[in-house]
Amino acid sequence: MNPISPEHAILHHLIGFLGSGLLLSAFAMLAMRRMTSLVRIFALQGIILTISTLAVSILSNETHLLFSALFTLAFKVVLLPAILFRLLGRLKIQGEVEVLVNVPSTMVLGLGVVVFSFTLSAPVSEMASTVSGGLIGIGLSSLLLSFLMMITRKKALTQVLGFLGMENALFFSAINATYGMPMVVELGVAFDVLVGTFVFGIFFFQIRETFESLDLKHMDNTSME
Amino acid sequence: MAVSMTSPPSLFAIEGAQLLFAVLFAPVLYGWIAVCRAALSNRSPAGILQPYRDLRRLFGKEILVPDQTSFLFPLVPIAVFGGLAASSLFIPFLWPDPVLSPVSDAIVLVGIFSLVRIMMAFGAMDTGTPFGDLGARREMMVAFLAEPATLMVLFTSSLWSRSTELPSILSSLLSSSDPFRPSLVFAFLAYTLILLGENARLPIDNPATHLELTMIHEAMILEYSGPFLALMEWGAQLRLLLYLLIGIDFFLPWGMTTQISVMGFAAGGLVLLAKLFLAGSGLALIETLFAKLRIFRVPEFMAMAYLLAVMGFLIHFVLEVQS
Repeated sequence: MNPISPEHAILHHLIGFLGSGLLLSAFAMLAMRRMTSLVRIFALQGIILTISTLAVSILSNETHLLFSALFTLAFKVVLLPAILFRLLGRLKIQGEVEVLVNVPSTMVLGLGVVVFSFTLSAPVSEMASTVSGGLIGIGLSSLLLSFLMMITRKKALTQVLGFLGMENALFFSAINATYGMPMVVELGVAFDVLVGTFVFGIFFFQIRETFESLDLKHMDNTSME
Repeated sequence: MAVSMTSPPSLFAIEGAQLLFAVLFAPVLYGWIAVCRAALSNRSPAGILQPYRDLRRLFGKEILVPDQTSFLFPLVPIAVFGGLAASSLFIPFLWPDPVLSPVSDAIVLVGIFSLVRIMMAFGAMDTGTPFGDLGARREMMVAFLAEPATLMVLFTSSLWSRSTELPSILSSLLSSSDPFRPSLVFAFLAYTLILLGENARLPIDNPATHLELTMIHEAMILEYSGPFLALMEWGAQLRLLLYLLIGIDFFLPWGMTTQISVMGFAAGGLVLLAKLFLAGSGLALIETLFAKLRIFRVPEFMAMAYLLAVMGFLIHFVLEVQS
């Protein structure tokens, strides 16, 4: 690793700090029982991503990361939460999140996931040449935690939030492992996620019209019809 | 450590001051929290000294012991109060290195708190009433869920100093220049949850209610009256203060005096008081914002605390060791 000047050391610590914030928010998503708080946490993840992208861009002098930070702010803090809140209102979802595995067990599982991904990424972190290579483990564990959320939740909307959380974690890992993907790829992914959310939104209405519920277990039987 | 120059008598005087401060300030802190809660919910407060008035009233009553209780029943209040008052000698808060603190490291401290809790459970079960029994069982449930989390928080904090002794944890925190410590943030969050659970504060237990189905702490001390009840209540107040003091040692130790001088102690004491009053109002805010959890949600709450503590522990190795 290249030597770090004192003013950069603070930024460096800030990124570590934000990384643990991201991990914490992934856990908070697992623990939350209300839909609206889930969307709020998602917006918070967006803010964390924006600030850490800015910090990495200052640390590494990569100007394209500034644009990434801007896009993150626009998409993940403003646009997507607004769409999701609108969806919640239109679908009249207010109640509690339904779970397949109860919350304390999911938490313990999540802890296992964190240990697993920290162990897995330790050698990768040592190889990483970027300023914040140590954070790959945190990105990986947040990714797997969001994945865990997709697996253990029943309702379609919660699973979409899990998917968006996964994308956030992936973005965070990419920034810290390789200073982000090329601009074209990043833009593409951002638009994909946006369009995906629109499609999911339309999908929700279709699912509810067909099965009169957003519970995805009804979709298991569709092949028999 | 640095105290080898000073004479033992002054060090023991500091210990005495610590004991006096803890025992006398605990009711004031309780009163302050009640005042904050009253202000936050638009009620007129009873005054910051109300716990003292309650204690005086209780001490003025005669001692009543229920029939069919064993020798344990009158022993419990004394053991509870004594154990907690003694722990105030081991926790550094006026002086970073109390002369008696080598007697007990953080793990022994957790042990003393468990001993106190077990004594309370014994006292509650000794009377044979269903309520006491119920309260004792619930308290033990919360305790056994909180204890691993407490130990993990202690271990996370002691990773910095490679020692579980409170003075060395404190000195390693005071001497380092590094402001960002993700692992301690996790540990702090976990500790806040533990503090609420262990001291029968609101999301777990409402200290101001005697509703049969929900009470935990109050159910345990239901059969005590007069001076015994006063000792139990004072013990509970002391326990809250001690938890806050340990929390300040771990997460906010700055401002403690490092020289034996009147000015140093006055300044350090003022900073400590400010921190305690601030922590008390924070506690009151938490208690105003959150509703009481169902008893079956308590394991979830405590699992969260344990999880946060373990995460802090892991984060230390991932983020902080190599840098």
